[in-house]
Amino acid sequence: MEMTRTIKYEADRVKGFGEEVMSVPGCEELKDCIQCGTCSGVCPLSIYMDFTPRQVMEMTRFDFKNEVLGSKTIWLCASCYACTVECPRQIKITDIMYELKQRAIKEKVYPRGLPTPVLAQEFTKMVHDYGRVNEILLATKMYMKTNPFAAMGMAPLGLGMIKTGRFSMIQEKIRGRADLARMLETVDEGK
Amino acid sequence: MKYSYYPGCSLKGQGRAYEESLLPVMRHLGIELEELPDWNCCGATAYMAVDEGKACVAASRNLAIAEKAGLQQVLAPCSACYLVLNKTQHLIHDYPHIKSTVDRAMASVNLKYSTDIPVRHPLDVLISDVGMDAIKQKVTHPLKGLKVAPYYGCQIVRPYATFDDQFNPTSMDRILEALGATVVQFPLKTKCCGGSLTGTLPEAGLRLSYIILKEAIKRGADVIATVCPLCLFNLDSFHGKIAAKWESTRIPTVYFSQLMGLAFGMTAKQMGLQRGLVPMKPLASAPACCAARTAAAAS
Amino acid sequence: MQSTKENTRIGFYVCHCGHNIAAMVDCADVAKYVKGLPNVVLSRDYKYMCSDPGQELIQKDIREYNLNRVVVASCSPLLHEHTFRSATAAGGLNPYYFHMVNIREHDSWVHTDRGEATAKAKALAHAAIDRVAFHKALETKTVKINPDALVVGGGIAGIHAAMTLANAGKKVYLVEREPSIGGHMAKFDKTFPTLDCAACILTPKMSEVGAHPNITLWSYSEVAQVDGYVGNYKVRVKRKPRYISEERCIGCMDCISQCVFKEPKFEDEFNEGLGKRKPVYIPFPQATPQIVVIDPNVCLNFKRAKGPDGTPIVSDKCKKTCVEACGDKNAIDFTQKEEIKEIEVGTIIVATGFKTFDSKRIPGYGYGIYKNVYTALEIERLVNASGPTGGEVILREGKNPDGSPKHPKSIGIIHCVGSRDKKTNIWCSRVCCMYSMKLAHLLKEHTDAEVYNFYIDIRAPGKGYEEFYNKLLDEGVHFIRGRVGEVTDWAMTPEEEGKLVIRVEDTLAGYVRRIPVDMVVLSSGLEPQADAQDVRRLFNMSCGTEGFFLERHPKLAPVNTFTDGIFIAGACQGPRDIPDTVAQAGAAAAEALVLIDKGYVEQEPNTAFILDEECSGCKSCVPLCPYSAILYDETRKKAHINEALCKGCGTCVGACPSGSIVQNLFEDEQIFSEIQGVLAYD
Ligand SMILES: Cc1cc2nc3c(=O)[nH]c(=O)nc-3n(C[C@H](O)[C@H](O)[C@H](O)COP(=O)(O)OP(=O)(O)OC[C@H]3O[C@@H](n4cnc5c(N)ncnc54)[C@H](O)[C@@H]3O)c2cc1C
Ligand code: SF4
Ligand code: SF4
Ligand code: SF4
Ligand code: SF4
Ligand code: SF4
Ligand code: SF4
Repeated sequence: MEMTRTIKYEADRVKGFGEEVMSVPGCEELKDCIQCGTCSGVCPLSIYMDFTPRQVMEMTRFDFKNEVLGSKTIWLCASCYACTVECPRQIKITDIMYELKQRAIKEKVYPRGLPTPVLAQEFTKMVHDYGRVNEILLATKMYMKTNPFAAMGMAPLGLGMIKTGRFSMIQEKIRGRADLARMLETVDEGK
Repeated sequence: MKYSYYPGCSLKGQGRAYEESLLPVMRHLGIELEELPDWNCCGATAYMAVDEGKACVAASRNLAIAEKAGLQQVLAPCSACYLVLNKTQHLIHDYPHIKSTVDRAMASVNLKYSTDIPVRHPLDVLISDVGMDAIKQKVTHPLKGLKVAPYYGCQIVRPYATFDDQFNPTSMDRILEALGATVVQFPLKTKCCGGSLTGTLPEAGLRLSYIILKEAIKRGADVIATVCPLCLFNLDSFHGKIAAKWESTRIPTVYFSQLMGLAFGMTAKQMGLQRGLVPMKPLASAPACCAARTAAAAS
Repeated sequence: MQSTKENTRIGFYVCHCGHNIAAMVDCADVAKYVKGLPNVVLSRDYKYMCSDPGQELIQKDIREYNLNRVVVASCSPLLHEHTFRSATAAGGLNPYYFHMVNIREHDSWVHTDRGEATAKAKALAHAAIDRVAFHKALETKTVKINPDALVVGGGIAGIHAAMTLANAGKKVYLVEREPSIGGHMAKFDKTFPTLDCAACILTPKMSEVGAHPNITLWSYSEVAQVDGYVGNYKVRVKRKPRYISEERCIGCMDCISQCVFKEPKFEDEFNEGLGKRKPVYIPFPQATPQIVVIDPNVCLNFKRAKGPDGTPIVSDKCKKTCVEACGDKNAIDFTQKEEIKEIEVGTIIVATGFKTFDSKRIPGYGYGIYKNVYTALEIERLVNASGPTGGEVILREGKNPDGSPKHPKSIGIIHCVGSRDKKTNIWCSRVCCMYSMKLAHLLKEHTDAEVYNFYIDIRAPGKGYEEFYNKLLDEGVHFIRGRVGEVTDWAMTPEEEGKLVIRVEDTLAGYVRRIPVDMVVLSSGLEPQADAQDVRRLFNMSCGTEGFFLERHPKLAPVNTFTDGIFIAGACQGPRDIPDTVAQAGAAAAEALVLIDKGYVEQEPNTAFILDEECSGCKSCVPLCPYSAILYDETRKKAHINEALCKGCGTCVGACPSGSIVQNLFEDEQIFSEIQGVLAYD
């Protein structure tokens, strides 16, 4: 039987990670978390998460960076803001989830095989290149990258879309593509 | 009052029935909508997950265009667009580093944005600017006997509740009642539909859609009314999968604007009702010709 | 005058306050610096100036060095000004020849650079040395104390305070807003942690109050106006009409049984709306006074429309079977009007208690949406043998198949409702963990249901409290650590059908759980009364940020307010349980007795006075005084300050356009020399 060690030594912490996240504007309140679990209690997706939102808050505060950034939890968050409006300490949990997602993408440590981060990146590429998103093309791209077989399962839905006139393979583009791209590039330059 | 109309990608894509119904309904109520020139995608939830700064830049380009065109208000019917545009304004307002990021990006293309264009949702405009009386006056074909579950989804009142109650919004309820429909008491009003997870992690995402559908049926609704193209897509598109995994929950989902149009005497076809995958039953109250058309459109 | 500036002889002392000051301020250096200042005869640094040897040092120096001014640089005057003034007086000087410099709160505690903190101490000391030369000898005045007292609010706090004063032989007015005294405690069945019956311990005290020769009990009354000052308050009390003569009603309740309404029909406030009452009623069987009340809002003998000022108008439309039943006692009086009583008292104890958080403000918990969601106070009535159901716990909604009322088989008690939440009340309400456990025990005892407590932390820090928690664990009450996300009525599994579902993260097990229950109990927190701000203004008190009345000092003067002669007791000062409330009520009574038995109070002489010749009679000052201490003499066209009322705030002094108001201890030359002194150091 395979055994996993669950004790955490100080060396398992990436010291400073919690402080770093909590110094991002909007994430400061995390310091006030009382671990009450309201966020998990209202989160519609907590039932599928590997760590509940509450646990992610505590793990972040205590520098368990690898565990947090590698978790499925942050990619299960659907940004519904239920936690944010209910938290008794007014912690912007949804925004902290966003912050963690950004870090996971930047450091490329998100769990492999999870389509959500792939979709997010494909989405941004499409916005950058064309200024608009075609949901059908986007979904197709995502499935090709993650699970081509699942795409097959979507065929009936695609058919339905065609029948109801909601299917379009034409990529819309804005006129100011170059401007938008230029604007987005200034963000990287500013970093 | 003239509003700058920001359709967002969905209303031009799979959610086109929302646009098809909203535009004539608003026109009918004397609201002038002018499509924002050369608008770009708001970034939705996905962009914020990758790069907050860029997400804000992309979103605020639209606001800057509106400002340049001298438009006073932006109307954003899609919940994600509505939230992202509002959130961008909040972020620019609250966080200097976001403001300077946006300012820098604007400067690079000779744009300017001063962060004070109100971004509004059609529900807000309908209850605050148009008013319930004006809506009632236009009702020629009351939706008598139609039981509707009002489903607002998560992102229009959360986290920034501006025009309605965060926990128990009622703006759509009131409009539906004004149309003569019966509004079903629906505690899942603001529960999440699963968002894009229905596509990425269907196991998790579809369960949320399933719960909403099943409860609407249980509470006796004939139809679910939504305000968001993604909500409608999720509630309308996965009946087969949901039936396979849990139980059959075939209940139609429509845009509230489609119901408004019907009550105003517009045809089902005009309202794009034929674009739904689960057809809505023809209304008993509709005049014979319309009922026939609804039926035709539905089949 | 004892001394002029020329022969001023100042003694200066700088205190180390252990490390409190010395760690950040070089005290020896300060002493050395001050030594070189004009008029300074002697300058010392010392470890603890407030200690006995420190005080003796001052006295000895005054005699040996013939000092006529004393300056101590130490902590806040709030703490020890009185100490050093006394030492100065004991040395044979007028105490107002003393001046104090705060180099702890204003200096050592708030700075991090020793050099700069030392420099600041020197500057402040310099200012004091320059100022004290201009100090004058002042007399403290005394004011007589009226021995009668007023207690406002007849909860357990007011009852206990009133009884204590009355037993000490003082005359007490007890003013209670409701028709009966008793407050929240009167609604409880049992009290934690001993589970003794609330009525058994409270009602004897209530009747004692009602019967005590020294207590005038005015129920159904409110204080309308308070004037005056410590020892001499003039109070106007509004007595609301109960349409019953208190002198003639004997509490037989014949009128109630004979009222034209055969069945009780109207929402019963005392039972939290769970029961019904008639238009003529008594809130509960042991109510004190035992006098009925008629509710003009529902009694048939009144018009439904009110008079222009909101007063009820008699219609005389009812058969008045109540009057018939009352017969010779002739106690029912529909002509009764609101009455104002004027009383004079020396001291006032405010004990107006709390209200509970309105649970509807958290829509996710379903109160007011789902019928089987209850507030804790409702449960108090429901488990109470003398409550609306006789102690039977039955659900508001749902019946057994045979039509009989349904008993809950599973109950969830949600802690911290409205408390510990930045969106509502940030504070911990302190009693709800304990009362939740009490209710868990009582509910289990009455129904044998599965009872779950959902908590964030269990706060059981009293005598016998943790033991009580242990007892509940032994009894099989379930404790789940997690703040409930929501209460809903939609089912996901067959066993959830028809139930209320509590969704919560069991934070200790690490699972999100859905727990179906028949009954949900919301442990709503404690809040200031809705009219706390009005009451605060009435008695010239302050409120903390959360709205509870503010004590003068959280540790050293917990029942005093910033207004002399006005004290606070019980939950109006902050959430607390009955033992703490009673202890505090006793303390407030004792503080009042201190004043009463001394018979007089000394008043700080830092009051303002008007130089009669210079006053131009412009009246600018009159409306400005927050204590209404300035009178205007229309015949002489001059303003005059009532010293007894003046609190020395200085508002009028700055406002007088002709500069004719002077304030003792804050005269121009004192202030200007002080400013020059600060600036002199560089
Ligand atoms: C559900 C619940 C259960 C509890 N169970 C327990 C328990 O088992 N054991 C325990 O130790 N503690 C318990 N407590 C706490 C207990 O209620 C308080 O400690 C206690 O009631 C405080 O007494 P009080 O006199 O300060 O306030 P209150 O009981 O609130 O009394 C205040 C009185 O002042 C009157 N009043 C208010 N304003 C005015 C005004 N302007 N003019 C005139 N009169 C006014 C009110 O009508 C009332 O009669 C419980 C609290 C709650 C909410
Ligand atoms: S709801 Fe807020 S305070 Fe409670 S555990 Fe979640 S983040 Fe922490
Ligand atoms: S915002 Fe994310 S973490 Fe918060 S409740 Fe919604 S899905 Fe859960
Ligand atoms: S007047 Fe009539 S309604 Fe009023 S208390 Fe008497 S009998 Fe009852
Ligand atoms: S006493 Fe207990 S239930 Fe009440 S607020 Fe404090 S922690 Fe919550
Ligand atoms: S402000 Fe000065 S001058 Fe005017 S009435 Fe008062 S004391 Fe007299
Ligand atoms: S000093 Fe203050 S309290 Fe005294 S009379 Fe002037 S304004 Fe009133």
